[in-house]
Amino acid sequence: MFKKIMVPVDLAHAATVEKAIQVAADLGKLHNAEIFLVGVTDTAPGSVAHDPAEYRQKLEQFAADHSSRHGCTMTPKVVICNDPAAELDQALEDYGKEINVDLVVMASHLPGFMDHLFHSRAGHLVTHTDISVFIVR
Amino acid sequence: MDENKAKTDYEIGQDNITPFGLDIHNPVFLISGISIITFVIVTLMFQQGSAEFFAWLRPTITSNFDWLFLSAGNLFVIFALVVCFSPLGRVRLGGQDATPDFGYVGWFSMLFAAGMGIGLMFFGVSEPMSHFASSMGGTAMENGVRTDWAPLGAAAGDIEAARDLAMAATIYHWGLHPWAMYAVVGLGLAFFSFNHKLPLTLRSVFYPLLGERVWGWWGHAIDTIAVFATLFGLATSLGFGTQQALAGFNFLYGWGTGGVAIVLLIAVITAVAIASVIRGLDGGVKVLSELNMGLALLLLAFVFIAGPTGDIVSTIISGAGAYAAEFIPLSMPFGREDTNFSQGWTAFYWAWWISWSPFVGMFIARVSRGRSVREFIICVILVPTVLCILWMATFGGTALSQVIADASAPVGAAAQEIKLFHMLDGFPLSGLLSLVGIVLVLVFFITSSDSGSLVIDTITAGGKTDAPVSQRVFWCVFEGLAAAVLLLVGGAEALGALQAMAVSTGLPFTLVLLAMCVSLWIGLSRAAKEL
Repeated sequence: MFKKIMVPVDLAHAATVEKAIQVAADLGKLHNAEIFLVGVTDTAPGSVAHDPAEYRQKLEQFAADHSSRHGCTMTPKVVICNDPAAELDQALEDYGKEINVDLVVMASHLPGFMDHLFHSRAGHLVTHTDISVFIVR
Repeated sequence: MDENKAKTDYEIGQDNITPFGLDIHNPVFLISGISIITFVIVTLMFQQGSAEFFAWLRPTITSNFDWLFLSAGNLFVIFALVVCFSPLGRVRLGGQDATPDFGYVGWFSMLFAAGMGIGLMFFGVSEPMSHFASSMGGTAMENGVRTDWAPLGAAAGDIEAARDLAMAATIYHWGLHPWAMYAVVGLGLAFFSFNHKLPLTLRSVFYPLLGERVWGWWGHAIDTIAVFATLFGLATSLGFGTQQALAGFNFLYGWGTGGVAIVLLIAVITAVAIASVIRGLDGGVKVLSELNMGLALLLLAFVFIAGPTGDIVSTIISGAGAYAAEFIPLSMPFGREDTNFSQGWTAFYWAWWISWSPFVGMFIARVSRGRSVREFIICVILVPTVLCILWMATFGGTALSQVIADASAPVGAAAQEIKLFHMLDGFPLSGLLSLVGIVLVLVFFITSSDSGSLVIDTITAGGKTDAPVSQRVFWCVFEGLAAAVLLLVGGAEALGALQAMAVSTGLPFTLVLLAMCVSLWIGLSRAAKEL
């Protein structure tokens, strides 16, 4: 049913995506689908990496660790955008469309005060694309 | 690729705290926020006293330190040009294999709109006219001290000479010098952030000089003053811009200029700026800057064609020539006789530009990764200078032609903030042109306000560019509130106090910029050797 599964990964809060990756691994095996771990970064030095090259290295390591832990291949993909704090949704949407993803499995947080002001990441993908979205809490 | 990386153990964001899901630097965020609120409250509680204090502070700084401002300004120009045309210019920001994050049009529009857009609207007509009038008046002496405000030796009664001198002085204030100040800060930040991988905040530039101490109180102090200067500079401009736009609406449609109008206009500007920062650099800030640039060039082209084209062309040529001819006399830091001009105009402008430089420099740095140092300096100094010459000669030249042809032309007697609209009054479609003028004033504000919020947010987040968007919104609202409260309660005087405060930060920052040149020279020389 699913051929390409995308899991957005925030390396600054890597622990929060563990469950989502577990779900993606299970679904991937069930449907024999490819799994992409997508990390979005900008070019300025940040808390995760000092430049895109270092970020790529860390994401590759992260993907290798999880591939062996879950016994399936997960492909790391780095997406660079100028302003991730504001443009993350759009970057994920564009990339998901570009590689023809048919399922996004993503971690979410419990709704809080800020969600009344800003919509959630998953909400953007649900309303702006026809990709299936699986939110893991 | 990482041979330039600074050998520090400092992790970006290690001093940050995360209350309510925010991501802010401790203590820069709190100190800046609390002291800004305190300043606004104190200014409003003791209006009389603070007005007197700041009325004393501003001229004291510009008249006692005029030599410092003028010498430093010259040094920045020389420094930038030497770096540009030496082998150091080959160093690329972000490493030799980095590619630009933005195309030329978007990049240039953003740096120009953040840097001085609004001032061009305000002073493009009025400054050449001021210098022209004072030059025509000739010099006046009292007890051996010049009391006139004319630049250099004035040009009593000589229309052509006064016109050239007025253009030279105006272009001087808007040309190479201010952009060199921005370029020094922008280059320093971009180089130490993208090549040495240090956080994108002012303190990083001092790493070669101060070492690990930049992560402590030295750095906190530098970053806090930068936030101060940026917020006060922005709030002052927002206040003055609001007055100009309201005066324009009043002139065109007879709308009110009272408290309700002030609050409404600031609210609208702030709301659009918030929408812009929420949409981000590509979706918001860049789009607005390009729109702005397009509109400004259209207005420029229209005035050029529909106005006295022959006069404008000759003003461009003779203005640029006079700028070149008077460049050295106008730059002399010592032995000036025209002290009212050199202190009241030039030193004041230099202090003002320098107080803006952390903001503009930081924003320029953010969007300049992938450019070579040479390309950076040419685009940040030479291109804007040429554009400023064209702008000043077109708008100022048109207004000067109007008063030279008819001494009683309305543009001559009009208040400073509506001179632009009076100048446009003689044009075909003047109603539409003036409306475009007001829209430009507003959009220039919005582009300064959104990029300013981005900058303050990054500094107060310890150099993190991906802190939650709600923090930018907070700073955007904060700026608007500061401007609105000051204008409503204290009127133009309170704004003057705020401006004096911003200008006074120009003094410590002049020293900061000088040290930055040393730091940058050391860093660039090492990087150039490894090419």
